[in-house]
Amino acid sequence: MSKAKGEGLTRWWVIAPPTLFLLLFFALPSLIMVLASFQYPGEYGGLAPLFKDPARPDALAGLTLETYRFFFSDIIYVEIFVRSFGVALATTLVCLVAAYPLALLIARSPKKHRDLMVLLVVLPFASNFLIRVYSWMIILGPLDLLFSSFAVVVGMVYVHLPFMVLPLYTNLEKHDPVLLDAAQDLGANAWQRFWRVTFPLSLPGIFSGAALVFIPVLGMFAIPELLGGTRDILIGNLIKEQFLGSRDWPFGGTLSIMLTVTVLAFAALAAGLARGGAARSG
Amino acid sequence: MALLEILDVSRRFGEFTAVDNVSFAVEAGEFFTLLGPSGCGKTTLLRMIAGFDLPDAGRILLDGRDLADTPPERRPIHTVFQSYALFPHLTVAENVAFPLKMAGLAAAEIKRRTAEALDDVRLADKGGRYPHELSGGQKQRVALARGLVNRPRLLLLDEPLGALDAKLREEMQLELINLQKEVGVTFVFVTHAQAEALALSHRIAVMNEGRVEQMDEPSKIYGFPKNRFVADFIGNINMMQAKVARAEASRLLLDVPGLGTVEAPPRPDAAPGAAGVFAIRPEQVRISAEDHPVELKNRFVGTVHDLLYIGDVTTYIVDLPNGVKVEALLANSAPGRAQLFEAGDRVAVAWRHDAGMFLHE
Repeated sequence: MSKAKGEGLTRWWVIAPPTLFLLLFFALPSLIMVLASFQYPGEYGGLAPLFKDPARPDALAGLTLETYRFFFSDIIYVEIFVRSFGVALATTLVCLVAAYPLALLIARSPKKHRDLMVLLVVLPFASNFLIRVYSWMIILGPLDLLFSSFAVVVGMVYVHLPFMVLPLYTNLEKHDPVLLDAAQDLGANAWQRFWRVTFPLSLPGIFSGAALVFIPVLGMFAIPELLGGTRDILIGNLIKEQFLGSRDWPFGGTLSIMLTVTVLAFAALAAGLARGGAARSG
Repeated sequence: MALLEILDVSRRFGEFTAVDNVSFAVEAGEFFTLLGPSGCGKTTLLRMIAGFDLPDAGRILLDGRDLADTPPERRPIHTVFQSYALFPHLTVAENVAFPLKMAGLAAAEIKRRTAEALDDVRLADKGGRYPHELSGGQKQRVALARGLVNRPRLLLLDEPLGALDAKLREEMQLELINLQKEVGVTFVFVTHAQAEALALSHRIAVMNEGRVEQMDEPSKIYGFPKNRFVADFIGNINMMQAKVARAEASRLLLDVPGLGTVEAPPRPDAAPGAAGVFAIRPEQVRISAEDHPVELKNRFVGTVHDLLYIGDVTTYIVDLPNGVKVEALLANSAPGRAQLFEAGDRVAVAWRHDAGMFLHE
């Protein structure tokens, strides 16, 4: 047997299981969701059949744009989308401002200390997500800050901070320190060295960190449900409510698709910006 | 008054003394080179002049003013780093404009002077490129333009030609000399490549183990090395054990085991009986057939041990009695090899009575 053929077979065996897994549990459900968003809701929840039952000619069946029309007909849904984007944006910005100095500190620490510091950054993951969020209820409750947009952003920032620190640190750690010497040598003070050299070189790290925080926050429902008030409903809560509460699968599907499309648009934008930054610093 | 004065400067790192009580002065407009093997302290000294490091003792003066309290960004001194340290996120023009921007110049002035500086290094058409799109030589020229654009009092160059291949290095050497002449900025150049130092500098300070061994013009350093280290480090040199037999006003008579008496130029500090080496450059040694008459007192017969054909010259390694080996250089002025001595041939080596020198142990 030829070597190339053997290698091809090996490669097949390596990539087949994850590919199959993703097809079965990601691509297929996504397609089902797309399809569901164009269907009628079932009489007792779930979905109406795709084809008319000859025995019941009055029942709803087939495909429709009804749920999309409904989505755009009521300003409340656009409002919730905008609010969700606002929370995601605020969380991302706070994470960035909080993570940057920390990432810089780790990147400029002696090499032997860096691994330990990175470990400390991810250590919160070792405890359960819900426990961490409940802890915030205990902290914010007595301060009379619970069940507010503020509490939601605090919870979001707390949970997502490591996702900003890690890509930033990975980027900053690669900077050649001689560039800062050169900048200083050519007359740049400490602020100018940061603003003219470190910051622009870290843009790819900022973009990947922002994407890693922004996108999950957009779909998050547990934190607003636990820490937010009644007016702090986000898209995530809305979607969850459609599937588990009112059992309106088509509308839940529509909301999911709208969210996915928007997130993909943002991800494409971030990836484009990151690529632009990386190409220049490469 | 000298432009740059290094006064009794020392720098220690723990037990290790990187710079040991060094003093020298650099005049305005000079091309001054710090030459030495790696670890001799030349880079530490350069970093102290730039301000990235401070001396433990001694003072560094620029135009008579102590620089101790001036941080690097406020010293009118720029550095061309060994790795060039170009900003990867800025274009060539933005890199060159960087020091002007930091100095707070007006946009129009920045534009004019950036264009001028790029023109000086023949990169006028590359202003819009990014550093990673340039060749090594071009990066080097951008680094030079960036270092010179706002006319510092002093430009420090840290092994700037080290990363270039031989041919390009030679080109850049000529370019550096011309550029320095043109802009009139004082250069302090650091290198471990002695040929580079000889070719470029007005004056050279040869450093070893944190000290300056000798400081002089290139021809003096090459022709009259002060001690064995300098003689050995700069160029090729033959050395043979020798003892002063007689010291006269016009000459030294040396006793070289295996050769007998060798006549050498006088040296006031060489007393009879002093031990040391007799050192002579290969190009000062003439090689001829054994029976070829030569009117030189320093003439010895030996056997060709080996030869290296280098192209422009051939180096012959000649075995003399008592294990003494002498290298002789012969220019290949005629087509092919200059003279057809082969390994094993009996030959005579000879040199003038005023060539070579006695160096103390």
